[in-house]
Amino acid sequence: MQTWSLVSICVLLGVVVRWGVSLNSYSGAQKPPMFGDYEAQRHWQEVTYNLPVQEWYFNNTDNDLNYWGLDYPPLTAYHSWICAYIAKIINPEWVELHRSRGYESPAHKLFMRTTVLVADVLIYIPAVVLYCLYLADGSSKKKVSTLFCFLLYPGLILIDHGHFQYNGVSLGFALWGVLALGLGWDALGSMAFSLALNYKQMELYHALPFFCYLLGKCVKDGLMGRGLFLLVRIAATVLATFALCWLPFLSDPSQALQVVRRIFPVGRGLFEDKVANTWCSLNTLIKIRSILSGDFQLYLSFALTILAVLPSSIRLLTKPTFWNFKLALVNSSLAFFLFSYQVHEKSILLVALPICLLLNDLPFTSAWFLQASTFSMLPLFLKDGLLVPYAVTSAAFLLLSICLLSVLDHCSEEEMELCTYKKLLFCHPKMDLACIVRWKFYISIAAMAGLSILSVALEPPRHLPDLFPVLVSTIAFLHFLGTFIHFNILQFSKLPSRKRQKKNN
Amino acid sequence: MAVQSDGWSWFLPLAAGVSLFKCLFINAYRSTDFEVHRNWLAITHSLPVSSWYHENTSEWTLDYPPLFAWFEFGLSKVAQHFDKNMLLVENLNYASPETVMFQRLSVIFTDLVFIFAVRECSRCVQVQKVSRDILDQPSFVLSVLLLWNFGLFVVDHIHFQYNGFLFGFLLLSVAKHLQSEHLQGALLFSILLNLKHIYLYVAPAYGVYLLRDYCFTRDVKDGSIGWRSFSLLRLLVLGGIVVSVFTLSVGPFLGQLPQVLSRLFPFKRGLCHAYWAPNIWALYNILDKVLVVLGVRLKLLQEAELPRASMTGGLVQEFQHSVLPSISPATTLFCTLLSILPAVVSIWRRPRGARGFLRCLLLCALGSFMFGWHVHEKAVLLVILPLSILAVESREDAGIFLLLSTTGHYSLFPLLHTPAGELLIKVCLMLMFTTFSFTALRRLHRGKGSLLRPLEVFYLLGLVAVAIACEVVFPLSPWKHRLPFLPLLVTSVYCSVGVCYSFLRLYLSLPADSVKM
Repeated sequence: MQTWSLVSICVLLGVVVRWGVSLNSYSGAQKPPMFGDYEAQRHWQEVTYNLPVQEWYFNNTDNDLNYWGLDYPPLTAYHSWICAYIAKIINPEWVELHRSRGYESPAHKLFMRTTVLVADVLIYIPAVVLYCLYLADGSSKKKVSTLFCFLLYPGLILIDHGHFQYNGVSLGFALWGVLALGLGWDALGSMAFSLALNYKQMELYHALPFFCYLLGKCVKDGLMGRGLFLLVRIAATVLATFALCWLPFLSDPSQALQVVRRIFPVGRGLFEDKVANTWCSLNTLIKIRSILSGDFQLYLSFALTILAVLPSSIRLLTKPTFWNFKLALVNSSLAFFLFSYQVHEKSILLVALPICLLLNDLPFTSAWFLQASTFSMLPLFLKDGLLVPYAVTSAAFLLLSICLLSVLDHCSEEEMELCTYKKLLFCHPKMDLACIVRWKFYISIAAMAGLSILSVALEPPRHLPDLFPVLVSTIAFLHFLGTFIHFNILQFSKLPSRKRQKKNN
Repeated sequence: MAVQSDGWSWFLPLAAGVSLFKCLFINAYRSTDFEVHRNWLAITHSLPVSSWYHENTSEWTLDYPPLFAWFEFGLSKVAQHFDKNMLLVENLNYASPETVMFQRLSVIFTDLVFIFAVRECSRCVQVQKVSRDILDQPSFVLSVLLLWNFGLFVVDHIHFQYNGFLFGFLLLSVAKHLQSEHLQGALLFSILLNLKHIYLYVAPAYGVYLLRDYCFTRDVKDGSIGWRSFSLLRLLVLGGIVVSVFTLSVGPFLGQLPQVLSRLFPFKRGLCHAYWAPNIWALYNILDKVLVVLGVRLKLLQEAELPRASMTGGLVQEFQHSVLPSISPATTLFCTLLSILPAVVSIWRRPRGARGFLRCLLLCALGSFMFGWHVHEKAVLLVILPLSILAVESREDAGIFLLLSTTGHYSLFPLLHTPAGELLIKVCLMLMFTTFSFTALRRLHRGKGSLLRPLEVFYLLGLVAVAIACEVVFPLSPWKHRLPFLPLLVTSVYCSVGVCYSFLRLYLSLPADSVKM
């Protein structure tokens, strides 16, 4: 009984914090003519409600694709349609074709924020609760602590309820997929993940691990017997889900092609704005965007991404355990984030979700990464006027991870597989790497806090107007690169025997 | 959790966590109290001392005692670095982002007094058994019940007031008495009285207790007074402290004393606030209305003869009851004194140490709430917060606390009346606090039966029904425009029943209080 009351307090706190953050400004507030993501979502409600399905992804007089044209797969469009239907009942002015462009009012903001919260409460939060209670091991106190930290991860709250997006839906579906796979319900898991893919195409970052895990499992079960049956079942589920989602667009091949063209815009450059991945950071030293041709950039990023994602995928294929699956999710999404084409800083959330899954097993590394991921989006938050929520939620997360999860107690050598580092770097066996790592953590937190304060307090010098965003993304990039290397090592290292017994399923 | 149960390592994260949480609601709904305090900042900063209590450019005139005016003066010195324009008296309803940020942060910052007081109170709590589990520790439960109190949070950090700062003084004074530091307790209470005069409600408890327990140094064996052990020195020291604090505070205003008093005690306002506080007069009012309706139906009264003034009008005004006799301020004073007399007499005859004093304080506060003139529903916090201390120690008090805190907190809902915007916040926070208080107190007092009687549980479930009806059903119903004050009426009357019942239960617990020195 008591666990459930603690869980309900956790969930209520998570909901209130989300609503508190949503009291603040959103992206593009009062910034005509283009506004921001908030206006984009409102515009999609307008388009999907007023126009027939066949015209949603096409450019015509009623649907100007240059003004926030739909560039997410069909499920997002259906979700917008549902929201628009409710909006029309409350106040038709909100979704009137053409005339509602740039519509902003307190009542409308309340409505939009409510839609995000409802989506979170229906899809994301239940998945998190079920994951922490049933798939995380440890005492009930530890599970509740993990739940607290998972629900109060600042990055997702600030992006969804501050900047304004619906990442909770796609991440929630992906989490349901992971949950189902963890409980052994492979077909349901693949259906959930297909739904996630059909909501946001960025979920492709997670697609390879799902594929390799399920394929590896089928192979292990024997491709001539049960394995084949499982493979057929999974394939059928995936195809059926895709067919159901794309049903209105399957009647005409040009329709489907246009949707694909909208959701994979290869016309844009290697990166946009400042993002904490390899290309942007490399660009500060060598201007690769101008040196290399557009096509070559595409091929280069494609090649490097494949190369980066290959080791963990092959390892997962050969050893399809749930532990390996979680690690592979981290490695794959991080590889895509670091090396892929047209990555946005918000895509770090796709890495943050698998890391949150590891809060229970690797509290120190996970909490550190989550803190860095929130920090990496600081320029975006400053642009949206979300400084106070950013400061409050980051500080609160740090407090929670140190006090509830007691991360500082979990950076022993054994837990962090530091012996591998010792061998790789030829360190003296008696050197206390754990102490060094803890100091690196302190310095990193101090650097992140210091740079946050400087970004707000100081004006950048005139010849370097982007100084602070560049510094933020470079520091974040170093953190992400370190995490990538660490988790790849983890994927290939032998687990201590205690964990090995639990992880092999 | 890795937090130690023997140390106090959990206190600082708890306090830091709640302070960070408060910062999230800087942009939430603000009531007119925000403008009230901005106006006082302007008055104390821009005008000379002699005109502080005469200034009436704004309708929100200074009506707190002088020490609070000095407090606002101190705040204004910091405010000028945020936005100088808020300190101009003519800038009515000025609310720039810097002003909002400053005022909200000042409440959060002055809450440090409250946090310190909570720590002192938690240290005084008696521990029955040592346990590793943090939820078994009364001091932890008390700290959460006080630091994360729903009523205080909603009134201070959303509605906007400085109650955390003031309650810090009250709880610190109580803690000092529990630690037998009576002089410090008296000093703190004198300062508190000069900060906000609503604490006069509990002054009788202080006066009688200090006289009885501190000035009479020795008791006869059966606990009654030892008249011979009266210590004039102690009385003089006590009197000296009180008088000097009052002198320091009122001294500069001695010439304008009548004006100050007329501002502090505005008896021109009506018996009840526009929203009736859930006290006995709410039940009196509803009885009057019912009798009127019955009288008209049974043709005993002429409708034309009834006074037109409506009690549920939006403005605060004097009104008269139609059937039952009207209530005057003198009547309420008489009723209040009558209601607290037994409690005060009880600690005079047999003070049961500092916990007996605390019980008497609660009874004075609740009695004044029940029978006072123009009581504000926020005054219920004056009972709920100190009651938390008793609730973690005794089963009986835990039951009363659960009933009173849930009812009292629900009666604060109409304070945040913006449609939908703050509905989620108040519902979630209320559920969080209620869940925690029920679970933690049940766990602390486990093994001796349930804390609430079946009738009380039924009443609390009815509270849920009233909440759904008032917050969800009513705004969507056709009566919304014809009877706009109906939900307020229903909330007020339903909560009065609970509050009156808790008053009786608290009184009944008086003689049964076990001897604790």
